[in-house]
Amino acid sequence: MSTTTETPTLPSGQAGRTGRRRAIQQFSERAKAERRLGWWLAGPAFVIMLAVTAYPILQALYDSLFSYRLTAPDERTFIGLGNYGVVLTDVVWWRDLGVTLLITVVTVVVELILGFALALVMHKALKSVRGWLRTAILVPYGIITVVSAFAWFYMFDINSGFVNTWFNWVPGIDPDLNWFAGTWTSLAVIMASEIWKTTPFISLLLLAGLAQVPDELTEAAEVDGASWWQRMRRVILPNMKAAIMVAVLFRALDAFRIFDNVFIMTNGAFNTEVLSLLAYRTSIGRLEIGLGSAVSVLLFACVLLICFIAIKLFKVDLASQRGDK
Amino acid sequence: MPRDGYRPRYRRGTARTGAAVVLALGATLLAGCSAEEGPPTLTWYINPDAGGQAAIAEKCTEAAGGEYRIETSLLPNDAASQREQLARRLAAGDSSLDIMSLDPPFIPELAEPGFLAPVPDAVAQRTTQNVVEGALTGATWKDKLVAVPFWANTQLLWYRKSVAEAAGLDMTKPVTWQQLIDAAAKEDKFLGVQGQRGESMTVWLNALVESAGGHILENPEAKADQIELGLDSKAGTEAAQVISTIGKDGLGGPGLPTQDENNSMILFQGDKGSFMVNWPFVWPATNASVEDGTLDASLIKDIGWTLYPRMNEGEQSAPPLGGINLGVGAASKHPDLAYAAIECIVTPENQAEYFISNGNPPSNTEAYNDPRIKDSFPMADTIRESLELSAPRPQTVFYNEVSTSLQQNFAPPDQVDPAITPQETSDFIVSVLRGENLL
Repeated sequence: MSTTTETPTLPSGQAGRTGRRRAIQQFSERAKAERRLGWWLAGPAFVIMLAVTAYPILQALYDSLFSYRLTAPDERTFIGLGNYGVVLTDVVWWRDLGVTLLITVVTVVVELILGFALALVMHKALKSVRGWLRTAILVPYGIITVVSAFAWFYMFDINSGFVNTWFNWVPGIDPDLNWFAGTWTSLAVIMASEIWKTTPFISLLLLAGLAQVPDELTEAAEVDGASWWQRMRRVILPNMKAAIMVAVLFRALDAFRIFDNVFIMTNGAFNTEVLSLLAYRTSIGRLEIGLGSAVSVLLFACVLLICFIAIKLFKVDLASQRGDK
Repeated sequence: MPRDGYRPRYRRGTARTGAAVVLALGATLLAGCSAEEGPPTLTWYINPDAGGQAAIAEKCTEAAGGEYRIETSLLPNDAASQREQLARRLAAGDSSLDIMSLDPPFIPELAEPGFLAPVPDAVAQRTTQNVVEGALTGATWKDKLVAVPFWANTQLLWYRKSVAEAAGLDMTKPVTWQQLIDAAAKEDKFLGVQGQRGESMTVWLNALVESAGGHILENPEAKADQIELGLDSKAGTEAAQVISTIGKDGLGGPGLPTQDENNSMILFQGDKGSFMVNWPFVWPATNASVEDGTLDASLIKDIGWTLYPRMNEGEQSAPPLGGINLGVGAASKHPDLAYAAIECIVTPENQAEYFISNGNPPSNTEAYNDPRIKDSFPMADTIRESLELSAPRPQTVFYNEVSTSLQQNFAPPDQVDPAITPQETSDFIVSVLRGENLL
């Protein structure tokens, strides 16, 4: 910054020691300039964020207070919280919430276990194969969700699928099994596809966490005679708690908003509808902007609640992931 | 210092590149402007087909002699997604919607708020001569023509001659659903019907109710809170009985709960195929599969067709009606040219050509006189007869709500209870239309 050349000052490291007040006075010019630069740098991004997130959220909040159909704009009437009343007293909302929570919990738990195993494999793999291994594990994550959903759909579809013939020997699977004609079989395929697709994401976050555990600690524990399981439970896991919690939070928020897999495989038939699909069908399908906005706002509230629970109750600290602590 | 000497040159280079980019951009923009100076471009939003609409667009562009140019733009695959896109664009006042291929059930929803440009009287008069009744009904809202009929579709009863013979059914006479159910059960074969939770379920249910002499909606033109349903009636119960029996007795095969038109065709072509209700596309599709060698040539000789099955002996059936009508967006900058183009598109010659190349039957009866049609579609006369008998789906502004509710309650077929489902569905539709329930 140009100000530093005009008024030579102490390096910032010494400022704390020589007195905070003086430092603030001395640095005020420079601090102001830095702050101004900061705003110039972050400002455009901030404005764009406001335009593309804050504005639609506020618009949805506003729209949700009206009975408003896109094809009947003249009949728009203010009904206060009426839409929320309709949504929250309807069994469809609670059924969809249940399905969404079930998918979230099951997929996150399974992904966490599988992801941890994969992270361990990647962490311990020989240097020569490490690159290949990471690439191979990451491939599903690089595939567009819609594409992977279609792949899984056609795999299990009764007309075009090969799963029924290949796994004919498994009890319960036969060529006449219509996977997408039942709630549990449909949900099983949807969740399997979701798990296959996003486990790499969790394993990558967990790998970062594993890499942060100092080797000295595990080596010391080994010297003290700790078994593999003891080292895992007492040394490695406590040291990567932050990474695990961040992975769980990110994935839970992501899983709660599941849309593509359900939309393509069942389109919500056989009680497999999730909240995002309900919001889509109400706003985009029925063109009921008011009612659909109410569903979207409630979905947003659920996401906020998950964040709140994770950060306040489970004390997830997003900053600690960066090693700031 | 070589470094300093280098820098300005680099900057000059950047400036030069920048200037080149600006020039290139300007040239592109100018080129864009000059293109606008030609004849006005009409955009025709088409539903996916085998290239027939694009060919007609080209033909009509040539015929216009520089008065206008028609460009096609593809809509999504299924009718519901086509409606979503068109409704959003129309509501936003998109001026690029010059010509639209519209599925008839969704026309009232777009006509009511004035999203469609009015059809000039002269055009209406010229384009409705010799048009089948059903197609006209689908293009009309509140006694006014709001779109121009293009092609009309209907379902036939397709059967395997060998199965019908073995079951002792005389297919030269009209058959009932009960006869088909008995024949399939006796011969241990599957019936080709559409049990998927989708628009095809509404098509099936509506045809059954109409064939039984009833209507799903008694007053389709009414406002949301005044709509009366005719589902909870003798006709509704009889329709539910057919769907329920086929579902509960496993007569639709294991794939029934997820079966659409294409899947039922595949089922019909297989060893378990017997009878199927489906659109005429199955004929060119089956012929193509035989030509490719994926199906045996003897299959073609085994396939017969007749009118849609009846609900009751002695009462005519009311086959499903589909097709496409052409509408003009209210915000279009060239509505006159758009209607001129539509008049060119829907000529009987173009409709006949489209039928032969793409398998979509004409709405204009004159087109059926084309001798080439009989060669490609030996069932053309049956199709025409079926079109005359066909009944449209409810013409209501709330078609999406009504259809989705029907699909949710009547699919899967084995969950349908003739004693309860029609009444439950009626109550559900009423509460959804009143805004008391989510859908």
